[in-house]
Amino acid sequence: MQTKYTAEIEPIVGRYIHLHLGGRDNRVYYEESVLAENPTIPLVCLHTAGADGRQFRHLMTDEDVTRHFRVIAFDLPWHGKSLPPIGYHEEEYRLTTEGYVEAIMAFCRGLGLERPVIMGCSMGGRVVLELALHQSEELRAVIGLEASDYQEHWYDTEWLHRPDVHGGEVCSALISGLIAPQSPDEYRWETLWGYLSSGPGIFKGDLYFYREDSDYRDRSLRINTDRCPMFLLTGEYDFSCTPEDTERTGRSISGSEVTIMKKLGHFPMSENPAHFRSYLLPVLRKILRTT
Amino acid sequence: MDKMTPVITQCIEQLPGLVNGNPQLVWRGRFLNTTFLIKIDSAPYYVTIKQGRIEEVQSGPALLRSWSFAVKASTQAWLKHWETFPEPGWHDIFSMAKTGQASIEGDLHPLMANLRYVKEVLAAPRAIIGG
Repeated sequence: MQTKYTAEIEPIVGRYIHLHLGGRDNRVYYEESVLAENPTIPLVCLHTAGADGRQFRHLMTDEDVTRHFRVIAFDLPWHGKSLPPIGYHEEEYRLTTEGYVEAIMAFCRGLGLERPVIMGCSMGGRVVLELALHQSEELRAVIGLEASDYQEHWYDTEWLHRPDVHGGEVCSALISGLIAPQSPDEYRWETLWGYLSSGPGIFKGDLYFYREDSDYRDRSLRINTDRCPMFLLTGEYDFSCTPEDTERTGRSISGSEVTIMKKLGHFPMSENPAHFRSYLLPVLRKILRTT
Repeated sequence: MDKMTPVITQCIEQLPGLVNGNPQLVWRGRFLNTTFLIKIDSAPYYVTIKQGRIEEVQSGPALLRSWSFAVKASTQAWLKHWETFPEPGWHDIFSMAKTGQASIEGDLHPLMANLRYVKEVLAAPRAIIGG
């Protein structure tokens, strides 16, 4: 007998996948849209530093996206509902380019995804440059949101993880200014909740990758967008990865397409999903048409 | 700058009312007891906080008056920051600091430990300037 639901159930399901990363088992949570029956192209979404895959929930319920794209978002180990690996209590979390790429590719291979599109935001936008350079044979295209090959720092990360300042509160308050003032309050605070509820030191550990291990200015010129098309979209209110950072990066990657998004900040997919889709849908249509 | 002075004066004079009249904001600052400095061009204003309430805003300069942290910017920068929808770059004190339009100085611990509260106090004059 079929269960009759009396409440709204969203067309999103979550599951756990075990990935062997850095020599250890990692129990990794992921969600995907089940709105469409047979979407053809996997669209793997990478969350920002110190957050989790919930940032992409709006895309998973958008029929104009899910009609053709299988929208999947996973929480990196230590983030969201993914557990840290056994032994985490005796180490400091630090993400590196090597570890990040390993996690992304293990996830895609583990799910048997065929030539996915990878869309990452912020540090996820940074790593798609590395993926486009070294993993292009397995990818259909990359989309970098708030992406650049390098950016200037704007605060001391020592404030993010210490006993006399609440980590969630300070991380959230720092990045709150990266959200456009026009973004609806409801989604502003939903976005900030990801930071308020993040594990201790996780944002800081992600920023190790972002600040210390991902100056990609030396490799932008070597990216071949004929093999892996690249789209870079940045909000005008993002003062962390600024529009100028993205434009400079775009100029050094022949064939990349740069869009500066009005009235959006550093978290376009979660801070103002209705507005963001007006920028994303043309990109997805182009990927459908040309790849 | 001169014709801006009355607007700035109004913002500073009304700051205690804007903050103390917002119970949730006062509650968020309930662990903060300090005097910090807002500097507008060369004019210093010493803001004394007790348990989240603004007890006093003193116009300076006051010789040998101590403060914990300071946020300094020009009249024009503060007025841009206080618009309802500030232009990109003027919407956050850290954005203004990154571009050299503001400076954040002193003992930053009380600021960082109460960052949401202090940013909301500093943005409170948006209720007056708007635009």
